[in-house]
Amino acid sequence: MFDYSTYLRSAKLPHIWCPGCGHGIIFKSLLRAMAKTGWNKDEIVLVSGIGCASRLPGYVDCNTLHTAHGRALAFATGVKLSQPKFHVIVVSGDGDSLAIGGNHFIHACRRNIDITLVVFNNGIYGMTGGQYSPTTPYGDKAATAPYGNVEPQFDVVELAKGCGATFVARGTSFHVPQLDDYIYKALMHKGFSVVDVVEACYTTHGRKQKTKYKNNLDMMKWQRDNAVPLSKAQTMSAEELKGKFVTGIHHETERREFVENYQALIDSLKGGKK
Amino acid sequence: MKEGKYTFVQGNIACAEGALYAGCSFFGGYPITPSTEIAEFMSEKLPLRGGKFIQMEDEIASIGSIIGAALSGAKSMTSTSGPGFSLMQELIGYACIAEVPCVIVNVMRGGPSTGLPTSPAQSDLLQAKWGTHGDHPTIALVPNSVEEMFTETVRAFNLAEYFRTPVIILGDEIIGHMREKFRLPEPGELEVIDRKLPDVDGLCRLPYRADGKHPACLPNFGASRFHVTGLNHDESGFPTMDPSIVQESNSRIIDKIYHQRELIDKVETKYCEDAEMLFLAVGSAARAAEEVVEEYRRKGIKAGLFRPVTLWPFPKKQFIPYAEKAKKIIVPEMNLGQLRTVVERFARSEKVIPVNLVNGEPLDPEFIMSTIEKCSK
Ligand SMILES: Cc1ncc(C[n+]2csc(CCOP(=O)(O)OP(=O)(O)O)c2C)c(N)n1
Ligand code: SF4
Repeated sequence: MFDYSTYLRSAKLPHIWCPGCGHGIIFKSLLRAMAKTGWNKDEIVLVSGIGCASRLPGYVDCNTLHTAHGRALAFATGVKLSQPKFHVIVVSGDGDSLAIGGNHFIHACRRNIDITLVVFNNGIYGMTGGQYSPTTPYGDKAATAPYGNVEPQFDVVELAKGCGATFVARGTSFHVPQLDDYIYKALMHKGFSVVDVVEACYTTHGRKQKTKYKNNLDMMKWQRDNAVPLSKAQTMSAEELKGKFVTGIHHETERREFVENYQALIDSLKGGKK
Repeated sequence: MKEGKYTFVQGNIACAEGALYAGCSFFGGYPITPSTEIAEFMSEKLPLRGGKFIQMEDEIASIGSIIGAALSGAKSMTSTSGPGFSLMQELIGYACIAEVPCVIVNVMRGGPSTGLPTSPAQSDLLQAKWGTHGDHPTIALVPNSVEEMFTETVRAFNLAEYFRTPVIILGDEIIGHMREKFRLPEPGELEVIDRKLPDVDGLCRLPYRADGKHPACLPNFGASRFHVTGLNHDESGFPTMDPSIVQESNSRIIDKIYHQRELIDKVETKYCEDAEMLFLAVGSAARAAEEVVEEYRRKGIKAGLFRPVTLWPFPKKQFIPYAEKAKKIIVPEMNLGQLRTVVERFARSEKVIPVNLVNGEPLDPEFIMSTIEKCSK
C-alpha cells in the first residue's frame, strides 16, 4: 500500500473538507503522482489560491504557498522564473482558476511556463457557500442562481488548448487510476500542463439539485455515467455526446518553454553579444 | 561634489539603477505612464546579470510574481502608477501579513481613474498608507530629486529586507521624468542590507517566530519546508483563529516597524528652528516649497521647510516641536489635501494653510505664494 505519511504534514490533519467532498480524492491522487516523480520534497513548491481546494497545500510536506483568491498562478510564475530548479504545482478551484484567476490562467497557457495546474472542478464556489461558478451546469440552482443558472460554462480543456497549454487532460474523482496517470504525466511534462478534474461538492451544490441527486454518492454516479473516454468519444455523434464530458489526455505537444527560453536569452547575452 | 563620472539621467532610470545597486534580481511589471522607463530599463539590464524580468498580464499578477520571487530568495521589485497601484492593493496586504520583502514603485500621476496619464500629481499619498484592507504596516519613501530616486530605492530595498515588509516608493511624474546630474556610487559606497536567514538545520518549524517587536525570520523556499499564507497564522505559519495569537501577530507586524523608527525615519529640514511659517511638503512639491522658503527668508520672513523623505510612518516626533512653534503651517501638495489631514492631527486647523493643485500642472512657487497671500487677507 502507498505510504502517504512521507508526504503529509500529519499534524495538520484532519483536513477541513466535508465528508464526500471530491477534493480529498484528488489530493491523494496528487500525492501518489508526486511520489512517483521521485522529486526531492525540498524542491517542490505547491501553490494555491483561496477556496476549499486551495487549503490543500497546508497538508503537504514541501514548500507550500497559500496565496490570494485567483492569484496562485501569478505567484507561481514568480517562483518558477526566479528559481527554475523548483517543481511548481498549482492547485485551484474552478472559481479560483477560471473566474477571478482567468487572466492568469490564459497567460500561463500562452507562456507555456513549466508549471502544472490541477483544476478542482466541482462546478461551484464551495467555500463561500455555493454560488455559481464559470463551470456550474446550465440550469443548476446555486446560492446566487435561485432560479437556475442562466450562464454558459467554460470548457477547461478547450480553453487551455486554445490559450496554448502544451499538456491538457481531463479526469474525474470517480476514475481514480486514470487520474493518477494524468496528474503524473502532467507533472513530468515540460511546459504548462493543465488537468481538469471533474468532481463534486454535495454540501453546497448537489443538495440544491433536488431532482438530480439524493446524496453525494449520486454525484459520483453522475461522473461514472457521463464521462466518456476520448477513444470512445471519437466514435460517437455530437447528439450522443450531448450532456456528456470527455476524459483523457486531450492534448500533448512540445513548444518552447518560457523559463528555459529566458535562460537561453541570459546565456546568449553572457556569450558577449552585448 | 563627489569625484567620479557624472551623467545626466532621468529619475526613473536612477530608480532602476538603485534597484540594481541594491541587488534586485527580479522585476515583474506592467507598462504604465509615467513609470514605464523603469520596467524598460530593467528588461534590458536584468538578463545581462542573470536576473529575471517579466512583463506580467496586469498589475495584480505583477505584484504576485514579485512576492513569489521574493519568497524564493530574490530581491524583487515592481513599478507602476495610480491605476496599477490601485490594482496592487490586495497583494500589498498579503506581503504585509506574510512578511515578504519587496519594493513597489508608484510614479504618481493625476487621478482618479485614468485621470491625467502624463501629468504629475501626488494623488496616492494616502492610498499608500491605507490602500489595502486591514490594519497593516506601511513604509513609504518620497524622493524629490534624481539622486534621491537612486538613494531612496537602495534604502527601500534595505528596509524591505530588514523589516520583511513591502516598501513603497512614491515618485511623481516630475521626479520620474526630469533629468539631473547623477553619479552612480561605487559598490560598497552605500550600505546594502540582505535579509537575515535563520539557521535551518532540517525543518524550520517556526518560521514566524519573532519576539514581540521584531520581524519574523523566514528561510527562503528550498532551504526548509514551511507554509506561507495570507490567513492569520501562528509562529508555525499555519492558519489560526486563536484570538490572543491573532491579536498579537496583527500587532507585531505593525510594532516591528514602530519599534525601530530610527532605522526608518528620514526628514530634511531647512530653517525650521525659528520658523514661524513652516512648510510641510514632499517630493516635487517640496522643491517648489523650498524656493518659496528661500524667497521669504530673503524678505526677512521666518520661513522653514520640513520635508519627510520617509512619509510613512509619519515623522511626528520630529514634526511636532516645529509645528507647535510655527504661527502658520503651509501644506503645498498636488492633491486636494491629503497631507493636510495628517497635519491637522498635530496642529489646529486655523493654523494650516492648504495649497492644493490638481490640474495636472506642476506646483510652482508663484502659485504657492499667491495662495498664501489670498489666505492671509
Ligand atoms: C478577492 C476575493 N474575492 C472573493 C473572495 C471570497 N471567496 C473565497 S473562496 C471563493 C470561491 C471558491 O470557489 P472555488 O475557487 O471554486 O473553490 P472551492 O471552494 O469550490 O474549492 C470566494 C469567492 C476572496 N477570498 N477574495
Ligand atoms: S463545501 Fe464543497 S468544496 Fe468545500 S469542502 Fe465541502 S464539499 Fe468540498
